[in-house]
Amino acid sequence: MELARHWRVRHARYRLEGSRHTQTGAIAFPPRDGTEWQPHVLSGRGTLCTYAVIHQPPAGHAGEVPYMVAIIQLAEGPRITAQLTDCDAHDVVIGMDVEMVTRLLEDMGADGLLLYGYKFRPLL
Amino acid sequence: MKPTHAVGIVGYGAYVPRYRIAAKEIAKVWTGGHGGVPVESKSVPGPDEDVITMSLEAARNALARANIAPNDLNAVWVGSESHPYSVKPSGTVVAEALGATPFVSSADFEFACKAGSEAMTAGMGLVGSGMGRYVLAIGADTAQGRPGDALEYTAAAGAAAVIIGAATESVATIEETVSYVSDTPDFFRRADRPYPVHGNRFTGEPAYFNQVRNASQALMTQLGITPADVTYAVFHQPNARFPQVVAKQLGFRNEQIAPGLLANTIGNTYSAAAILGLCATLDIAQPGDVILMASYGSGSGSDAYLLRVTDALLARRERAPATARYLARTTMIEYAVYAKWRNKLVMG
Amino acid sequence: MRPVFVAGTYATAVAEHWNRTALSLASEALHGALATSAHPPVGALYVANALGAAIGMQSNLAPAIAHAAGLTGIEILSLDGGGAAGGLAIRQAMLAVASGMHEAVAVVGVEKVSDVLDEQREAAVALLSDGDWEGVHGVTQTAQWAMLMRRYMHDYAVTPLDFAHFAVNAHANAVANTHALYRFAISAEKFKSAGMVADPLCLLDCATMADGAAALIITAQPVTQCGRTVRIAGSGVATDTLALHERADLLDLTAIRLATQRALTQAGCALQEVHVYDLDDAHGICAVLAVEAMGITPRGSGTTLGSTGAIRPDGSVPLALAGGCKARGDMVGALGVYQLVELTTQLRGHASTQVPGATRALAVCMAGIANTAVAHVLVGA
Repeated sequence: MELARHWRVRHARYRLEGSRHTQTGAIAFPPRDGTEWQPHVLSGRGTLCTYAVIHQPPAGHAGEVPYMVAIIQLAEGPRITAQLTDCDAHDVVIGMDVEMVTRLLEDMGADGLLLYGYKFRPLL
Repeated sequence: MKPTHAVGIVGYGAYVPRYRIAAKEIAKVWTGGHGGVPVESKSVPGPDEDVITMSLEAARNALARANIAPNDLNAVWVGSESHPYSVKPSGTVVAEALGATPFVSSADFEFACKAGSEAMTAGMGLVGSGMGRYVLAIGADTAQGRPGDALEYTAAAGAAAVIIGAATESVATIEETVSYVSDTPDFFRRADRPYPVHGNRFTGEPAYFNQVRNASQALMTQLGITPADVTYAVFHQPNARFPQVVAKQLGFRNEQIAPGLLANTIGNTYSAAAILGLCATLDIAQPGDVILMASYGSGSGSDAYLLRVTDALLARRERAPATARYLARTTMIEYAVYAKWRNKLVMG
Repeated sequence: MRPVFVAGTYATAVAEHWNRTALSLASEALHGALATSAHPPVGALYVANALGAAIGMQSNLAPAIAHAAGLTGIEILSLDGGGAAGGLAIRQAMLAVASGMHEAVAVVGVEKVSDVLDEQREAAVALLSDGDWEGVHGVTQTAQWAMLMRRYMHDYAVTPLDFAHFAVNAHANAVANTHALYRFAISAEKFKSAGMVADPLCLLDCATMADGAAALIITAQPVTQCGRTVRIAGSGVATDTLALHERADLLDLTAIRLATQRALTQAGCALQEVHVYDLDDAHGICAVLAVEAMGITPRGSGTTLGSTGAIRPDGSVPLALAGGCKARGDMVGALGVYQLVELTTQLRGHASTQVPGATRALAVCMAGIANTAVAHVLVGA
């Protein structure tokens, strides 16, 4: 059971909290270490760079098939890998606007953690 | 009951999953399609949704309308009978994800379908006593009905959140509340059991109707008003019929309950149901309108509230999606998909 | 630095070796390579393996293989590094021999993946990408290539069928390779109707991971076989971001570009002088992005190498002559060693699918989506 591994990134996972550079104003995600970076919650808005529909899943995701994974261009600049949710493959096109929602990423079993984090969906 | 300092709702937010299953689709499996159904369809949570994720979206909508910083919240309380963990508060995940931690009170409430309104009442106490400025009260459920049981046609999913704050900052002030409770075992679920049991018609007159009627009537009597003084009424809605019957018993017209009556398309969203109806009503209400809301929780009890809409509502309600936006987003699913997502298949 | 040469080579059949262990496969390859040429005693054994630890089979393979092969006591090095492990091990062996530290070094790449089911294998391969920011989202390596393919199709207006030539060519070339996993031809028609693994990547556009081991003996003195000596003339290693989404240009496999440039520069060889290639080509999109990164063809034109027949044995850019990952099979951490075994055979003039007169070969292998790439230039004389 991995507890600390997911706990330490909870702010990034739950609310898309990245970092803002105190001098340059640059926005980074995932969050950066170092005194020149301060926490910064991203808007959750972005556009779809590309996506794929997974039919052959890795362990832990078998029940979700088929599901869509994507690379999102976030409004603030960084890109991010995440699942798409609340849509079907025929609803999805490259370039479409998407927004972040916090969803269940993985159920780690009856004696395991429920892992929550960001996914993206077409703008409501 | 009302607190020392006047309070109200400073922000509200709804959430309903996009998936629906038609009651006829369920009937096809269990009755060959014979007999009536209590609703047209019900909402079904997607495979990555639960009380925590639905609470979060409703809460984010409420925060957007309240236009306050998440760490201004003094409490994050989640009412549900389907918390994802038996031990580990849903509220901690919700508070953390909103950015309300670490100096915040958090707990989960349970009172069947009125756990959410219980959190509202507690929030009125916290804010109204001057202990804190804002309380986030959420009602959310991913309700389960035993396959083939009458409950399966209605046990649905949704979330509704309200932020309780000072009346002067509110989109609707809360004038008064009445809680009416008795030990009435109309519906219960023992620990570690997957599905609740219920008393069929015993859930009606001695339970739902008695409690909702008494709480609502006491509220109106205390305030010296009649249904004619109320613009809209919202009642807990375990199906489409019960709220219409109790409205009629109390003397409300159909038009008064229409905006908040959602059960026919989304089913019974349990802890969210009455508050979701309130959200839908606030979406269309005008300043000065008076709204009566009465929740119901099995076991059993009812919390009734009288609210008065303020001028602030019109500008603030545009800041988050209207309840109707979620209702319009409808993807019908088959029973087989529903059975898979709701863990009704024995996987060995 | 002194020149280094390939002496003995050996590769086991690529298959689902149900009845055999990684140690058994590696021993066969090592003994085979040691037996096929005369050379000084090997001073060290370098072992490449990508997934042994991740699938819970065996970590720290090198001492285990040394003992199983009867080389107990020898200096060893185990190399992780995903699909680049084989190339990295060869690079290290080359450095050890070129520096004068050793006169001869044995390199063995081995992968044994058939002991676990597909889901565990996908999860193990997904660990080669960024676990916290990619893997946790259920992203597989195949899905990442599928995302690149989708973007490529969007940017350059090509279709999945434009990638089919690479799989068709690989299968055609594998028919003669007795060690290949799939020794049958496929058609573009069949490709079109294949089911999806990670849409837009279909089953016939996805290599199969399989078991196998390959070994090379690298020496300081030239060893002549079939009248030819084969020199490792150039070697290059480069890295890129672990997470795909962090790259400024998603479709530019920078590590492949840099590794290739470094290897060619060291070899003093121009790209145009290379006669045969072998790429880490699990999917058509891998080959397309690799040939563009290497500079063989301009950005956006990679699929035309397929449609014009340039990738066929008689074309200007012969690819996957032993079947490539698609038909010979993908042995992940062993791939880089298989590539040099196959290309050495090619330069010695007796490959199963031979390009007549080939004297310069270029091999590229990589980890994940080219977060690490290794290129080697072989020159036959």
